[in-house]
Amino acid sequence: MESLRLGNNYFGKRNELDKDKLLEMLRKMYRIRFFEEKGENLYKSGLITGDFHQYIGEEAVAVGACAVLRDDDYIVSTHRGHGHCIAKGGDIKKMMAELLGRKTGYCGGRAGDMHMLSMDIGLLASVGTVGGGISTAVGAAFSSRYRGSEQVALAFFGDGATNTGAFHESLNLASVWKLPVVFVCENNLYGVSLRVSESSGVEDIADRATSYGIPGEIVDGMDVLAVCGTVAEAVSKAREGGGPSLIECKTYRFGPHWVGDPDPSIYRSDEEVQKWKEKDPILVFRSKLLEDRIFKERKLDAVKELVEEEIEEAIEFAKNSPFPDPDTVENYVYHSEREISR
Amino acid sequence: MREITYCEALREALREEMRKDQSVFMIGEDVGRFGGWFTVSKGLLAEFGGARIKDTPISESAMIGLGVGAALTGLRPIVDIYFIDLVAVCMDPIVNLAAALGYVSEGRVKVPLVIRVTGGGTGQGHDHGKSLEAWFVHTAGLKVAMPSTPYDAKGLLKTAITGDDPVIFIEHKLLYFKKGPVPEEEYTIPFGEADIKKEGNQFTIVATSLMVREALKAAEELEKEGISAEVIDPRTLIPLDIQTIVSSVRKTSRLIVVHEACERGGIGAEIVRQVVDRAFDSLDVAPKVIGAKNIPLPYSKPLESAAIPSAKDIIRTVKELM
Repeated sequence: MESLRLGNNYFGKRNELDKDKLLEMLRKMYRIRFFEEKGENLYKSGLITGDFHQYIGEEAVAVGACAVLRDDDYIVSTHRGHGHCIAKGGDIKKMMAELLGRKTGYCGGRAGDMHMLSMDIGLLASVGTVGGGISTAVGAAFSSRYRGSEQVALAFFGDGATNTGAFHESLNLASVWKLPVVFVCENNLYGVSLRVSESSGVEDIADRATSYGIPGEIVDGMDVLAVCGTVAEAVSKAREGGGPSLIECKTYRFGPHWVGDPDPSIYRSDEEVQKWKEKDPILVFRSKLLEDRIFKERKLDAVKELVEEEIEEAIEFAKNSPFPDPDTVENYVYHSEREISR
Repeated sequence: MREITYCEALREALREEMRKDQSVFMIGEDVGRFGGWFTVSKGLLAEFGGARIKDTPISESAMIGLGVGAALTGLRPIVDIYFIDLVAVCMDPIVNLAAALGYVSEGRVKVPLVIRVTGGGTGQGHDHGKSLEAWFVHTAGLKVAMPSTPYDAKGLLKTAITGDDPVIFIEHKLLYFKKGPVPEEEYTIPFGEADIKKEGNQFTIVATSLMVREALKAAEELEKEGISAEVIDPRTLIPLDIQTIVSSVRKTSRLIVVHEACERGGIGAEIVRQVVDRAFDSLDVAPKVIGAKNIPLPYSKPLESAAIPSAKDIIRTVKELM
């Protein structure tokens, strides 16, 4: 399978481990898809409050990118972060509980849809201010090098974030200091309702890398193996001291900006949506695995069914979990002298 | 006891903590070769090297963000932002990340980040002279320190660096070269402990940063006229040692709060609120806040002086309230 010649021996040859890894990637893509689909129902029924930003359509980006990271590598996510969390190994029970505002959630219900974090999986932060988390990844990369560790940091962000000052400052600083960070732009063509062509002076966001003297790559964000291959090279380069890279993944969110977004047809046509849905990253990956005769259909269906069960279990877990105690609302503002929140 | 400048005291704090803990590093514009705008980091590059004392491009937002990421992953960053006015370009990572992550993670992560800034009007005009501490007092999750003496500057900075919470450490341009007693031996000052800079029993004057000096000048003058004022420096605004202030007010029955920041919506109003809450019965007269005029700070010296409070304003107000 050509796309798996990743150049860093991460997968090695096509052996059992490779197959496990491939299956794990498919499993995570399904996990994201079903997590988001079921989450939508919970949002509509009022069990999930606030906003609900689905990652559906972009699964190949998070899963492809995280597939080449080590467990102790860092990622920083965005307002559309469920996919990143799952791809980095997040526990969907804790995620679902967090979205339902429960005590058993990743952050005890204090973080919610846009702010989930877990040091256990190296998810340093999910940041709701667009572009706001990119420099956090730069800091983690700085820290990694400062401590003499080989950890790499990866920042996910959307096309909209590349118009913020924080993006430009971060890429420049990471370049000047040659930090082990990979900037992964999920270009889903819209910042809420505004088309990239109306918000950016360049056609390809990857071109912006030139300004900072770092490599800028464009990759098909609907092809998990393509993402995986490109990110693998950037990660290896970063880990070996070669500095940062910018990778632009051309992708698409199948749903609205957030579940409450009443009518995406105001800014994009049904034909366009349909065209992208034909490139559904899960179907593309599945077909590839079948065509290359790596797995039989039965095996892939089993993966899918198992994930469906997992999601149901996660929902049950979340629903049956207690809410946090309102008496604790002032706790955790500070680490030292915890009583001083007044 | 030996006397050193506020600037030297800060440098000693940095040097001591950097010697002790490899995870402490400082980044900022011109903190390396140049030694910092006010010479606070002079000599530190030579001692600690370029990996720990790092000059940054002019990218305040990325600098703070980098501090947050480094703090989350086990380091103790100090980010030097020349002037407090410049935080206006990097509030997002301060307010939405540094201040919040500990809380929203139920304490699962910590952000031991020290942001050093300098405030105060020195004839540089409106974007290099403001006093913006109230912004941070109003942002839950940050600690705010504002030392007025070399002794306090050193002891508080050491506490800021070794603590586990994000701290906005506000220095004052006109204090950097003022001398004061600082012991040779190591010490720290805990946050949330006000210092009674002068005892008195007829009036409580709470003052911050440079205004502590003005309050002491005023108290000295008032003493000559037979009015005994107590001067209290809270030293940290978050946490605020309201107890020491309340105890003083119970003794004196009169309160003035003086700060260089605009009077409106400032820490003075907050201190008055808390005192009224706890010791309303002890007050003989309505407490007063003396702050700067509610204007963007002007350049011309007579205008700037008219905007910022001084000992004279304090004396006049005290006499009005006696």
